Amino acid sequence: MTRSFLGMPATAPPGVGHLRGSEPFPVAARRALSDAQLRRNLGHATATIRSRSAAVVGEVPDWPQLRAAGRAIKTDTMARLPELLEQLEAAVAAAGGTVHWAADAVEANRIVTDLVRAAGADRVMKVKSMVTQEIGLNEALLSAGIEPVETDLAELIVQLGDDRPSHILVPAIHRNRAEIREIFLRAMPGVDPALTDEPAALAAAARRHLRQTFLSTRVAVSGANFAVAETGTLAVVESEGNGRMCLTLPETLITVMGIEKVIPTWRDLEVFLQLLPRASTGERMNPYTSMWTGVTPGDGPQTFHLVLLDNGRSAVLADPVGRQALHCIRCSACLNVCPVYERTGGHAYGSVYPGPIGAVLSPQLTGVEDNASLPYASSLCGACYDACPVMIDIPSILVHLRGRVPHPKAEAAAMAAAAYTMDHPALYAAAQRAARLGRLAGRRGRGLPPPLSGWTASRDLPEPPPQTFRQWWAER
Amino acid sequence: MRVALFVTCLADTLFPQAAMATVRLLERLGHEVVFPEGQTCCGQMHINTGYPHDALRLVRRHVRVFAPYDVVVAPSGSCVGSVRHQHATVARGAGDERLASRAEDVAARTYELSEFLVDVLGVTDVGAYYPHRVTYHPTCHSLRMLRVGDRPLRLLRAVRGLDLVELPQAEQCCGFGGTFAVKNADTSTAMLADKMRHVLATGADVCTAGDASCLMHIGGGLSRLRAGVRTVHLAEILASTEAGVAGTPDGGAVAPAPTTGGTR
Amino acid sequence: MTARELILGRLRAALGGPEPVPVEVARDYRGAGSVAADLDVFVGRLTDYRATVHRCVDADVARTVGGVLGGRQIVVPPGLPGHWLPDSVTVVPDDDLGVERIAAADGVVTGAAVAVAETGTIVLDAGPDQGRRLITLLPDVHVCVLRADQVVATVPDALARVDPHRPLTWISGPSATSDIELSRVEGVHGPRNLHVVLVL
Repeated sequence: MTRSFLGMPATAPPGVGHLRGSEPFPVAARRALSDAQLRRNLGHATATIRSRSAAVVGEVPDWPQLRAAGRAIKTDTMARLPELLEQLEAAVAAAGGTVHWAADAVEANRIVTDLVRAAGADRVMKVKSMVTQEIGLNEALLSAGIEPVETDLAELIVQLGDDRPSHILVPAIHRNRAEIREIFLRAMPGVDPALTDEPAALAAAARRHLRQTFLSTRVAVSGANFAVAETGTLAVVESEGNGRMCLTLPETLITVMGIEKVIPTWRDLEVFLQLLPRASTGERMNPYTSMWTGVTPGDGPQTFHLVLLDNGRSAVLADPVGRQALHCIRCSACLNVCPVYERTGGHAYGSVYPGPIGAVLSPQLTGVEDNASLPYASSLCGACYDACPVMIDIPSILVHLRGRVPHPKAEAAAMAAAAYTMDHPALYAAAQRAARLGRLAGRRGRGLPPPLSGWTASRDLPEPPPQTFRQWWAER
Repeated sequence: MRVALFVTCLADTLFPQAAMATVRLLERLGHEVVFPEGQTCCGQMHINTGYPHDALRLVRRHVRVFAPYDVVVAPSGSCVGSVRHQHATVARGAGDERLASRAEDVAARTYELSEFLVDVLGVTDVGAYYPHRVTYHPTCHSLRMLRVGDRPLRLLRAVRGLDLVELPQAEQCCGFGGTFAVKNADTSTAMLADKMRHVLATGADVCTAGDASCLMHIGGGLSRLRAGVRTVHLAEILASTEAGVAGTPDGGAVAPAPTTGGTR
Repeated sequence: MTARELILGRLRAALGGPEPVPVEVARDYRGAGSVAADLDVFVGRLTDYRATVHRCVDADVARTVGGVLGGRQIVVPPGLPGHWLPDSVTVVPDDDLGVERIAAADGVVTGAAVAVAETGTIVLDAGPDQGRRLITLLPDVHVCVLRADQVVATVPDALARVDPHRPLTWISGPSATSDIELSRVEGVHGPRNLHVVLVL
């Protein structure tokens, strides 16, 4: 707990949750790059979803206007975040829900654990939720003797495989059908040993496996895609029906949401419900979207708790450039178009938030020093910005964060020296000549010393030209 | 028209033939080219590596050097992208509003070569001759920062003798990304491998682009493979004519000498 | 200090300024009422996502429902028009049925609140002809009867028509997943068969 920074924006505490990787991105990426199966799975999956999303985005004549409206609504939301959260709290309470505030992961985990205990349950079923992955809720529940059951197919694959999620939308994107079949055969109790690797057969196995859990579990935990301040309405967007099961069958529903998920008005949903499915799964509309406002007598859970989580978001909000990362609606379009993500997969990013948005969100949630390699995990190609349905300028945030990370001393000295030289044309011209001579002297050798050896490991340097342009110009 | 050449540090130092070609092309089209000697580097490398404070002096220099000119042209989408989308931000970040607004002024008068030819001069046929099979890589910053669109392709289609072949998955990044290629050398190489595979699949003998940096990357990889495919800057192709005057002093574009290097 | 005060204090500190600057939201996209609904588009979208569409007149609804669910047990919400039900089905009225009983039924027949042509979506608002959310979730076949005048063109049209204070379920095709290699597979936890009866 960071109570010592009373009232000041605070980053997410270490030691809990999954926002920090154990090794720098280039090291983790190197391992992923040599995994041929992973490369193939990712290449196939991202290509599939890119083309599907492009097709349904292309159908919408006012896509640019919707994107601009999405960005404006989010910008407005962030500017008024405190009052909107108070409005949301009042609306949820008026509709029969109870609102809790959690300053960080530790507090959120404790609140949820206490609520589950109070309901007398030793098992909870979960709708896929990034935020509960972020705070490590499953680990916290397990250590309190409560069994969390992931009900989303991909989360189930990850949980049964004792694995980590690698994608925001499709946490098991790194697994292919053959691997999923193996995991089910190994870890799913009572599975048919004749299970094939047909996706339909695998989905049917998950249906049978979870059916009794749905019918008998009394507490569910969900995240939220949107929370409407004006009405107190929560919305969960999903495909399989596991979300509907969790949101309607249990007696008690606990929803954990990051405070940035609030939107001002009911009408604002008309923008996001058009943007999200097309950018995310590449569908015109996802199969199921559930919306609920507090509790409804005789229909669904009669006890509803909403946990509002900070966990570093206030620190992100404090950066006027970086706060755009809070606009994210977790569609994962930026992952699917990212040439880096496509090749390294999500685990290399360390955090539960991978890909381009993860590279700008994770370092801000934790403080840049704890995820210092992530802002560099991009070639700044800009494909993410073009794909983002709410127009988050991810490349600019990456560059901005690079200016905030602690730099290696030798690199900083070299950069300062280079800037000084380039600010003095005579020195600059001399350096050009020296570089040329150095290259000529060593022209038989192809290697450069570290750290530049990364370049010459796989690429030749160009032959030094006979003269620089400015020499040619002077002699003209 | 009087055009100030923004040569870029990379072209000045390592790929002067691209800059010479730009000069010859613009002069052939009847324009006066001047070279403001005080220019060095736009600071993009410093900005993108996380050193905006070091970049500030380079931004200030760039703005001071180019402020007197009505039109500034560079054979680089990436450097023009930095001038247009980053210089004012760096200045504002340092609290220098006056520099920021001067940077915006300069940026508004700065063009990438294909933009300048097509939008300002209104030409697509520049009278070039280049009898080679060529594929075009639309570099990320030209494509997405500047939105040059099909301007380079329109210019290439008008080149006599040129056999233009489409590059598969052209819009995927080549993996250069400035210091990305050094800090994340493995990932960069994986991206480069795919780019080279697509270039080779075209059967082209020349891969061209509007950025010497990306060409250095792609060309460096192709050279390591001894793939027999050269990288040539768009300006060099557009400067080539039947008279054999190419970007290089030896007229190498029409009758190329064998090369072990990357971009020629 | 409570967590609430702490968080709100942090956020106010993060924003700095005393008064938020209002942000103008340009709503120049196609809003409610700007486009007419196209029933053919609606049917095409539904079919595209593997829902089965039947078009008929009101008098033929019972026969159509019988064609899908004849001879089977179906759960029925309390306010469903009786003439939609054929004699060939065993009707199980939802008078606070237990979960297991609902799960044991073969199908469910409901009305709907509104539908969206452009996305092939039907929206349930737990009205009398739709019932509790549960009954359209557990049985494996969902037959939804819609009047043509309930079909609107776009998502903004639909949102303008429903009441946020009712529990809402937006359904676009049968339950599906894309979690395996991002290939779409119909039929996971929700009803694996969705039939839409469009009453002309």
